[in-house]
Amino acid sequence: MSLAVNPWMAAGAVFALTALFFPLGAGEIPLNWLDFPGLAILVLGFAAACAWLARGWVAGLPLGLLLVGAVALGGAVALYLLYETGVGGEARLGFWLFIFALWATAWRGLDAIAGFRSLNKSAQRGVDLLVPLIFGCWLVFLWEVVTVGFGVPQVLLPSPSMIAVRLAGSLDILAADFYQTFVKAVISGYLIGCGSGFAVSILVDRVPFLKRGLLPLGNFVSALPIVGIAPIMVMWFGFDWQSKAAVVVIMTFFPMLVNTVSGLNAAGALERDLMQSYGARYWQTLLMLRLPAAMPFIFNALKINSTLALIGAIVAEFFGTPIVGMGFRISTEVGRMNVDMVWAEIVMAALAGSAFYGAMALCERAVTFWHPSYRQRR
Amino acid sequence: MTPIPLPSDPGRDPDSEPEEAAGVAADQNRGGVVQARDLSLTFQTADGPVFALSGVDLEIDQGEFVSFIGPSGCGKTTLLRVIADLEQPTGGTLSVNGVPPHEARLSRDYGYVFQAPALYPWRNIERNVTLPLEIMGISAAERREKAREYLDLVNLGGFEKKFPWQLSGGMQQRASIARALCFDPALLLMDEPFGALDEIVRDHLNEQLLRLWAKTQKTVVFVTHSIPEAVFLSTKIVVMSPRPGRIIDVIPTDFPRDRTLDTRETPAFLEVAHRVREGLRAGHSYDD
Repeated sequence: MSLAVNPWMAAGAVFALTALFFPLGAGEIPLNWLDFPGLAILVLGFAAACAWLARGWVAGLPLGLLLVGAVALGGAVALYLLYETGVGGEARLGFWLFIFALWATAWRGLDAIAGFRSLNKSAQRGVDLLVPLIFGCWLVFLWEVVTVGFGVPQVLLPSPSMIAVRLAGSLDILAADFYQTFVKAVISGYLIGCGSGFAVSILVDRVPFLKRGLLPLGNFVSALPIVGIAPIMVMWFGFDWQSKAAVVVIMTFFPMLVNTVSGLNAAGALERDLMQSYGARYWQTLLMLRLPAAMPFIFNALKINSTLALIGAIVAEFFGTPIVGMGFRISTEVGRMNVDMVWAEIVMAALAGSAFYGAMALCERAVTFWHPSYRQRR
Repeated sequence: MTPIPLPSDPGRDPDSEPEEAAGVAADQNRGGVVQARDLSLTFQTADGPVFALSGVDLEIDQGEFVSFIGPSGCGKTTLLRVIADLEQPTGGTLSVNGVPPHEARLSRDYGYVFQAPALYPWRNIERNVTLPLEIMGISAAERREKAREYLDLVNLGGFEKKFPWQLSGGMQQRASIARALCFDPALLLMDEPFGALDEIVRDHLNEQLLRLWAKTQKTVVFVTHSIPEAVFLSTKIVVMSPRPGRIIDVIPTDFPRDRTLDTRETPAFLEVAHRVREGLRAGHSYDD
């Protein structure tokens, strides 16, 4: 192992040490680190540890976990300073240098953890999950520190803690919105859109002139802008979720159609000849060869549509809706300057969309386990 | 594809069933598994017609092992595909098992082994092998039994639950042979089945194929471009030549059927191989 000094660790030590010489906050009598001797000693210890570890005495996963633990402790110190000592809203160089020290240390820590390789599959899997988790936590922390430290107005960007408080405080409203938009509009529209896209693609495949006649038409419909379609759907199907489901149907139909049509042609010539040599009927070839071969394409469409559907339903609610729904809430709360509520809805939409996409990806892995992109994992 | 005008072809005409019935009886009396008369196939391409087959006369009897050999483009694969009703001839007559190829295909008279294994990656080996049985509507219990029987026959017992991509190329091709045999067709059509395999595996599979042929008594039609392979396996070698694709020689290989790899060193073997090579050389135009 090389004992060269690691630049990130060195930067961590230097930043932490320098931070101690600069004021923490503004005000008539600026706050200094020396006003909190306990914390100052802690930061000094942090700098010393960074300097010591920079030589590479400890490496790999232990180093990574050690550093992440240190950053967590440092983060707690930073949050204490922000909320309990009046540094919040007027943080100065001493505070930010300390944040930079944490940043450099976190970088080195994640680097060490991401480099972890193990033959033990579950250990490797756990560590692989740890990396994005720590990274996400760090980003949220940084968001919190920057918004609170600089005193960013909440209309511009609320801090994560404000969003979380709002989220926890309005679970009943969020649940009602989720039920209205996701369960009613998105799920039903998604099922109808994907189902009809699939059915029509079978028809298109069976009837040659439809391929020439219907595919360009489908292309045309898919090119219609959703903001133009949505008000018309509201006029046709009323204010409730049905009009939103209709928008979702229009958005999801075409990706499914196109993907399935090309998927049905994915089976190789040899494989088709084989079916022909057995005198297989059309539907036998369809079920035993062409649909299984089309599955990677179909799942592609299902994944694309899972995110498209949510966007479609939320945007469609901007154009008339009963007084419930994620899109409705976003458009009204932004008008009332309740941006933290808007963000709470965004968080929920992101969680729901990711979960939906993830569920489709898991199904895909189970169904197309044979595909070269998944094989090696078996 | 536009058929060029040629002598009438009752064998391919679905409206002439009575004539065909008479033909069936006559053919069965003669015992020919494959009978071709003046068979031709012309592809119409943008660059003009391509004569893939021209004036092919061929008779294959029950229990024979016949190899088609020739340079690429000589129509050997096309001829096999015409026999399998995967291509339509544009002239001449052809009967397979005494009926037109179309009927032979629908009554599953032949098993076809392709150049590549063409196993479906989403099915395990057992379900790949029983694919034709599933299409024919055979019960699951019987399918499982057949799979075991024929996988044992090609020495793949115990690999039922593996997926094709977990097997080597040679094993995959053996599985595809088991698949072609499992519904017990009278005729086995093999299109360069070992062409993609290395020489050692190929020799081994050739020996296994001979044993299989002796055990099952099938009629085998085998396409290859390897002279030793053709001489080693066949009872009859059909030498073909390109532009137009035609048969230029039919060579019987009458040395004993119980051949081993050492047979390839015997004078009789070398003599036949020499004749095949001469035939190929005579038929090959060296202008390219």
